[in-house]
Order: sequence, then structure tokens, then C-alpha cells
Amino acid sequence: MDTILALIDQNIAPLFGTAWPAVSTTLWTVIKIVCIVGPLLGAVAYLTLAERKVLAWMHVRIGPNRVGPLGLLQPIADGIKLLLKEIVFPTRASKGLYVLGPIMAIAPALAAWAVIPFTDTLVLANIDAGVLYLLSVSSLGIYGVIIAGWASNSKYAFLGAMRAAGQMVSYEVGMGMALITVLMVSGSLNLIDIVEGQRGSTLFSWNWLPLLPMFIVYLVSGVAETCRAPFDVVEGESEIVAGHMVEFSGMSFALFFLAEYANMWLIAAMTTTFFLGGWLSPVSFLPDGFGWFALKSCFIIFLFLWFRATFPRYRYDQIMRLGWKVFVPLCLAWILVVGLWMLSPLNLWK
Amino acid sequence: MTMDFKTVLFYIFSAVLVLSALRVITARNPVHAVLALVLAFFNAAALWMLLHAEFLAIMLVMVYVGAVMVLFLFVVMMLDINIERLRQGFWSYLPLGAVVGLIMVAEMGIILGGRYFGLDVLPAPIEPAAGFSNTKELGRLLFTDFVFPFELVSVVLLVAIIAAVTLTLRQRKDNKAMNPRLQVRVKAADRFRVVKMAAEVEAPAVANESAPAAGQEGSKA
Repeated sequence: MDTILALIDQNIAPLFGTAWPAVSTTLWTVIKIVCIVGPLLGAVAYLTLAERKVLAWMHVRIGPNRVGPLGLLQPIADGIKLLLKEIVFPTRASKGLYVLGPIMAIAPALAAWAVIPFTDTLVLANIDAGVLYLLSVSSLGIYGVIIAGWASNSKYAFLGAMRAAGQMVSYEVGMGMALITVLMVSGSLNLIDIVEGQRGSTLFSWNWLPLLPMFIVYLVSGVAETCRAPFDVVEGESEIVAGHMVEFSGMSFALFFLAEYANMWLIAAMTTTFFLGGWLSPVSFLPDGFGWFALKSCFIIFLFLWFRATFPRYRYDQIMRLGWKVFVPLCLAWILVVGLWMLSPLNLWK
Repeated sequence: MTMDFKTVLFYIFSAVLVLSALRVITARNPVHAVLALVLAFFNAAALWMLLHAEFLAIMLVMVYVGAVMVLFLFVVMMLDINIERLRQGFWSYLPLGAVVGLIMVAEMGIILGGRYFGLDVLPAPIEPAAGFSNTKELGRLLFTDFVFPFELVSVVLLVAIIAAVTLTLRQRKDNKAMNPRLQVRVKAADRFRVVKMAAEVEAPAVANESAPAAGQEGSKA
């Protein structure tokens, strides 16, 4: 590795002259981005298989098992199939926006990973306002859905987009408020500091236990934010076929799916960081590391799938009620409780 | 002339900002105009980020792009907009628009030509140190030096929220909305009652009843 770097310094750096520091920084960042996005897209692809397998086992079925050993090549087969399909433009669709929709859906889902700390050193951008960045970038994902729904010139797609807009804006409020307690106890907006603030000897020192109601609010809001069952009225098959993506086909349709699953991983990673101690080991005799982060994220993802297999779909007014009339007041009350707790002698977070 | 990387970024963001702002007022379709406005906000946030105002920049994206403009788009998409009628009032609104535009140009002139108005006596802003946290500093100022105005603003906003809700909340008489809590708590006995009653005596059969039925079958065939 060192010899390669030395070779680059000798042979390539002089070509750029004084611009070399800027060029090399840009190149390094691009390489790091590829190193994050590549495995992430792999995880997204295999999440589709995991979902079908887990749902099948919960339904006492077998699930996909034809393509490759144990069906392990199924996501690749699905991907190739979708790549080869024609992209159909609906009549009088707004062409530019119709193409932009899926791109706007997936871009924020990937961009948010820039600040997720996989370990205390393994992070692309360790910025001070990491939490704010995450919240603002993840709030952009909704544009993909709205633009797609409007641009397809279809009533089903439009209704789906309207539902999505209402639902995602509402649950962002709940998520943001649940995070306020986390910020209060950790006193920082930096994600690494938030994880380090949860360090203790066991898994009971992580935020999930002292802030249990907020952990639940955050997790449920996360399910609603990604429009997963039981909050999947946005694409409710039985009412509006597939919501905003009903007119999409081929790869533009696949991008919506990639975005949805990338968002699931993102919510899982965020929940892990905020409430489950990130890369910290649950017991003192095992070392910390990326493995724990991955394991915890997988556990949250498993919860997502488990919910889908267990609960029937909420009605739209029930979703709105849960978000605004249950979660928001609960969060407001809990912020007060945590504030008083931190002022009392029982304060756990010195 | 060499430009450093930041200057290049500044020109890119400014160019996109100006173009998208122009698109806001020239786009024929209101939805396209709103989306151009979103792009303009995003680039304004990027410019603020270049000015080390990362908290303001992220808040602009989070609040305006992430929430306000979504609802804006929501409303604009639902409106049945007649583009011809929208263009009708152009000449009657022009004087007011021109006045507003001129005031803005004058204000920008004061800032940009600051040295003619004595702005150069103000010291240049200090370059923040490496560990400087914009967010922390803003929070400290808001909750210590400016706590009273801050609380006042929040109370005013709260009043505005409550006023908006009360003004729009008109409970319709024929509203059939359900209370989910009552729905969940409902027992079988609340909805369904088994009544005991004497069996009805069957009416005596009429002789020619089978005739219409036979006719129907015939017409189907």
C-alpha cells in the first residue's frame, strides 16, 4: 500500500502541480464514498431477499429458493430483470420530472450515509452538526415521492404522493422530538460524541433503557417514515395499487425500491447510533467494533420485517392520529421529564 | 488569475441560485416554479455553508426545503390552476412589484457599496477557530443573552399556531370520523344483540308464484 502511495506521489502528483492537494482530497473522498455506497447497495439488494425469506418463514413457507443455492442469487436475477425492462412514459407525463422523481428518492437515502459513524474512526465526514445534517437530508427524500406522483399524470400516483407527503412530514416531527431527549443527555450534535456518551460497562448504559419511551417513538416513527407496513398506506396495494410508483417500470421503478430499502438501513443505522450505542460492545469482555454496529442494525431491520409480518395496515386517519395526537404530546412530556431528571440528583449523565 | 476551490464553489452555487430564482418567476407551470424555488433555497443554504453559518444553512434545508416547501407543493399540486387567468393581472401588479424590486435593489446597493456609506469602519468578521461550533454559540446566545426576546417570539408563535387551528377547525355536523380509541375498545355486546322472539308463521304458498320465475329463466336463455 505504501509503495503504491509513493508511486502515485512520484508520478501522478507532478502532473497536477499546485492543485494536487485539492485533487487528491477529492479522489480520496470519492474512493471512500464508493467504499460506503457499494456495500450499502449490496446490503439493500440482499435485504430484499432477507425480507422475502423472513416473511416466508413467518408464514411457514419456503420463500425464494430457485435462483442459486438457497435462492441467494435471487436479488441479482431481479436486478438484471429490472435493468432489461423498458421504461414506459405515461401519456402527458411531465418528462423531466418523471425522470427526476426516482433520482430524488434515492439520492438523499445515500447522501445521509456521509455522517453515519461505523466506528469511532470509520466515518466519511465527522461533522459537528451531524444530527442536523441527517435530519435535513432525510427530509429531502419526500421530494422524490411527490415529484414522481405528480409527474406521472395518474390519480393513483397522485393520491399516493399526497398521502406520502402528509405522513412523512408528520412523522419527521415525532422523530425530531424523540431525538431532542438524546441531544439533551449527550449534549452534542456530533454522532461520535453521542455514541461515546452512551459508553458504559453493559448494554444497559445505552440510551434505549433510560429513554425507553423515546426509543419506541423513534423506532415506530422510523417505520412510518420509511412507509413500511403497518404504515404503508402510501403504496397500499389494495387501495391505490402502488401509490407514487404505479406508473413506473424497469429501473426507474427499481430505484424507488432501492430508496425504500436504503432508507430502512439508514433508519436502522440511526437508531443504532442514537439509542443502541453504535459500535459499542454490549458486554465488557468483548471488544468494540464495526461488527456490533452491523449486528444491531440487522436486528432493527429484522424488527421492520417482523412488524410487516405481524400487524395489519393502519388506516390513514389512525396513522395521523398516532403521529400528532400520541407521539408529539408524549415527546413533549418526556422532554420535560428528562429535563427534570437531569436537574435532579438522580442524573445519570454527568 | 487563480481561484481557490471555495470561490469556484461560490460561483457555481450563485449561478444555480440566480438561474433557479429566474425560473421561479418565468416557469409557466406553478409546480415547476415551486420546485425551482426549492432549488434556490438549497443553493442559498450552500452559500451560507460557505460563510461558516452551518446551523442556519442546515436549518434552511430542514425547515424550508424539508417541510414548508413540501406543504407548498402539496397545495399547489391540488389547486386547479388556470395559467391564462394567472397572467391576466400582470400590468396592474407591475407598479407594486417594481417598487418592491427597487427597494430590494437599493438595499443591496447599500450593502455592496458599503464603503460609500461608512460600512468600512466596521471590523471584518473574525475567521472562526477550528473547533468553533456555530450551533453551540447560537444556542448559548439564545438562552442567555437573548432569552427574553426568544421566549417572547416563541409565545407569539404559539399564539399564532393556536389561532390558526381555532380559525380553521370547524367541526362539521355530518362528520363521520371515528375515534380509534372507542373503536378499539368496542365489545361484541355493544354492536350485536341476540333477540329472542317467536318464530314467524310462514305465509301460505300462492299457486301461480312459480310462473314469473320461469319467465325470467326463459328470457336469460
